[in-house]
Amino acid sequence: MTDTSNWLAACRVEDAVENGGVCVKNGEEQIALFYFKRRNEWFATQNECPHRKQMALSRGMIGSTTDEPKVACPFHKKTFSLHTGECLSGDECAIKTYPVKIDNGIVYIGKSPK
Amino acid sequence: MKKTQIIVIGNGMVGYKFCEKLKSKSESFNLIVFGEECRRAYDRVHLSEYFNGKTAEDLSLSTATWYEEQNITLFLSNPITKIDRDFKMVYAADGLSYSYDYLVFATGSAAFVPTIPGVEKDGVFVYRTIEDLELISEFAKKAKTGAVIGGGLLGLEAAKALIDLGIEQTHIIEFAPRLMPRQIDVAGSEMLKSKLADLGLKIHLNKNTTSIVGDGKIAAMQFSDDTNLEVDMLVISAGIKPRDELAKACGIEVGQRGGILVNEKMQTSDPSVFAIGECALYDGMIYGLIAPGYEMAEVLAANLCEGDKEFTGFDMSTKLKLIGIDVASFGDNFIDEPDCRTIIFENKHKGIYSRINVSNDGQYLLGGILIGDATAYNMLLQTVNNKIVLPENPEELIFGSRSGGESDGAGITSLPDSALICSCEGVSKGDICSAVTDQNCENLDDIKKCTKAGTGCGGCIPMVKDLMVHTFKSQGKYVKNVICEHFNYSRQELFDLIHIHELKSYDEVLNEFGKNDGCEVCKPLVASLLASLWNEMILKKGNDVAQDSNDRFLANIQKGGSYSVVPRVPGGEITPDKLIIIGEVAKKYNLYTKITGGQRIDMFGAHLNDLPIIWEELIAAGFESGHAYGKGLRTVKSCVGSTWCRFGLHDSVSYAIRIEERYRGIRAPHKFKSAVSGCIRECAEAQSKDFGIIATEKGWNLYVCGNGGSKPQHALLLATDLDSETCIKYIDRFLMFYIRTADPLTRTATWLNKMEGGIDYLRNVVINDSLGMAEQWEQEIENLISSYKCEWKEAVENPAIRKRFSHFVNAPEEKDPTIEFVDMRGQKRVAEWKTSNQI
Repeated sequence: MTDTSNWLAACRVEDAVENGGVCVKNGEEQIALFYFKRRNEWFATQNECPHRKQMALSRGMIGSTTDEPKVACPFHKKTFSLHTGECLSGDECAIKTYPVKIDNGIVYIGKSPK
Repeated sequence: MKKTQIIVIGNGMVGYKFCEKLKSKSESFNLIVFGEECRRAYDRVHLSEYFNGKTAEDLSLSTATWYEEQNITLFLSNPITKIDRDFKMVYAADGLSYSYDYLVFATGSAAFVPTIPGVEKDGVFVYRTIEDLELISEFAKKAKTGAVIGGGLLGLEAAKALIDLGIEQTHIIEFAPRLMPRQIDVAGSEMLKSKLADLGLKIHLNKNTTSIVGDGKIAAMQFSDDTNLEVDMLVISAGIKPRDELAKACGIEVGQRGGILVNEKMQTSDPSVFAIGECALYDGMIYGLIAPGYEMAEVLAANLCEGDKEFTGFDMSTKLKLIGIDVASFGDNFIDEPDCRTIIFENKHKGIYSRINVSNDGQYLLGGILIGDATAYNMLLQTVNNKIVLPENPEELIFGSRSGGESDGAGITSLPDSALICSCEGVSKGDICSAVTDQNCENLDDIKKCTKAGTGCGGCIPMVKDLMVHTFKSQGKYVKNVICEHFNYSRQELFDLIHIHELKSYDEVLNEFGKNDGCEVCKPLVASLLASLWNEMILKKGNDVAQDSNDRFLANIQKGGSYSVVPRVPGGEITPDKLIIIGEVAKKYNLYTKITGGQRIDMFGAHLNDLPIIWEELIAAGFESGHAYGKGLRTVKSCVGSTWCRFGLHDSVSYAIRIEERYRGIRAPHKFKSAVSGCIRECAEAQSKDFGIIATEKGWNLYVCGNGGSKPQHALLLATDLDSETCIKYIDRFLMFYIRTADPLTRTATWLNKMEGGIDYLRNVVINDSLGMAEQWEQEIENLISSYKCEWKEAVENPAIRKRFSHFVNAPEEKDPTIEFVDMRGQKRVAEWKTSNQI
């Protein structure tokens, strides 16, 4: 059983985009959910890119640098670590990251940031 | 043998650097470090990142086990309370005492707090340690307005911290008539001020705070001009005060206004006692920057190991990013006429101010100031420090060269080997070059490990890279232009590999020839190669997630996150009925309309969710995708031509439509544009296009490799008086040659500029078929043309693809509620970027 008070049921596994992102609505909040099919890993971050405050990270390209999984904002290609939320483009801003778990074909996102 | 015992008082950045340097030089010392704070040394330069989610551990300069691994005894939260120099003993707060052979003060500095009545009130802070930041951020939760005393470097950092903490109104109070009085001049300050004001900061210059009022807690600040300002909190960042109290107490000489007196060996008045960093006073000066502190650590470490180094002052040139704004000053920044000649460039629109001071004989650069854009900083600093003779037009140093000749990289060759490239770590040009030649460093990471260059502030990294590439080339090493860390191939190599192996998806290509997960560089590149080779629907086979955002959603993402819709209008010819359809669709979906430079109509402000239904309606009315989002053919512009124009020689519109329909949808390394003019008057501006065609009495002249944009370049004449079929044949070959061989994101003009032999070589390849590829290329492009389909038609008809055009995965009907529009001249426009901590 999944404790629904701390976890948001975001979508079914097959609704997520393989090797890409989708945007999840959590009340007023928007969360970007990423699925690395190749590594079978899931990540969730805030959807807003802190650079120009655009709701866009879920539409960004994901990838890695050395072994660090990352997302590139589609607006100006600022990249962020999906593990820590740290901006990898050398800028002084970071994004919130959330825990993700899969249970019975459903993707759950932690309601409070890591 | 008993080891020499060194005690370091203070565990800040410079104290840590001293330990690191000493340990790397010798193992013959016992090192004991006493720190007053509860943490290991951390990066104080980037302290404000603490508010952007960095933890204290992220800011730490060493790993938790480093001191132990190095055999250094570290005491935290245990300051030294007393020193007995006669017995060479120190007494720590925990009651224990230790003897030393040498004692090093690295006590740093504290915030200087002016004696203003009321500074002790609640809500008044200093900005110095992580603990200060924790207090500030806790208090900021219930504050709406805040002020910072001090418009210098630290003050502006503190103001940024307040903005980051969500203080709605932040004021900066500066006593001097300008901001950053040590670094920049009045005009520079004005420029900085207006940029900071744009970010919502209120700047008050010439303001002297006389008291802080409030009942126990700060309520307002009172100024000497009888004005006051109501604030909920205040951060004082008015300067630093060297921590010399311990030295003073044990009788070591200190300066009148503070600071432990040292000589060029960092030695104090007691030969066994040294001082480094911000607590040290050398030649009447306290050095409040990190680079000179590190240099002092190096000098002392070297001398303790029987080296012979001297500290002889330090260049105070700085480059930093303040709240997203570049600010730099170098050399003699304030020298004025008549002692020099000053060249100033000011662009208020872009917020750029550059000033360079040149010697009266015009030979040398003395110093300068850069605001808004400091890309030239490294080169200018080197020009000052190495007394490089200036070019004839020194203004080119800040404007960039006007002759258009490539001067990039030419600068570094003229530097002497002794030129200091990384001032944080003291690495010279010679060190970096020899890391490449003698120690076989093959990339930036190797060089960083080997020399430490670029590991401090990182400002020198572009120069280190240039030096590396330059050294490779001078060694005759082949510099392979690999795509990124995931593919060890050039674009051209990968093109052939994908072709030969007939790969059709990004994942297949990554599996076969790449590694790890890919990135935002290789994904769109491979996606473009796949499209150029096979011309399959770009969103199929999982290739959608390898596309840039615009390609992925077949529309251009605009400010705010809405998209634009551009149907193809070949040659710019459109019927009244189709115009009406565009008008109706734009009205129905509330879109802003504008005629583009390429003779078509752009509809802006479409929600992601609406794109499929908008396109469904357009397609039903006979429109197709205009590929305004893709790296491929945009438009073929035309003049009205001989059908209407009294000067027209040929029917330029019909020919433009034929060409546009021929090459539509073909993907290339970059976008490309074309135009057809019906006579030499050139109304279609064909000579500014990637390929342009101009009618002559006898046929068509074909021009190639021109472009407008940021670096305009005229197209060059490839062939004259061609008949329509031959002209198209040449364009076919030209395009395939470009698609196969150009570097990623390279327009045809740049591609030609890099081509050895230039236009003559290109002409030989295209017209004389000197590579023997013509037939193959003509066949390849024929395949692309015959497999063309409108990708928007495919997208709206394919449920799996269509499903992706919704903003929320768990609320597919809802549009992004954060997109805001405002009214302008009777249409909508997108709301401005929200002011933020811009990068």
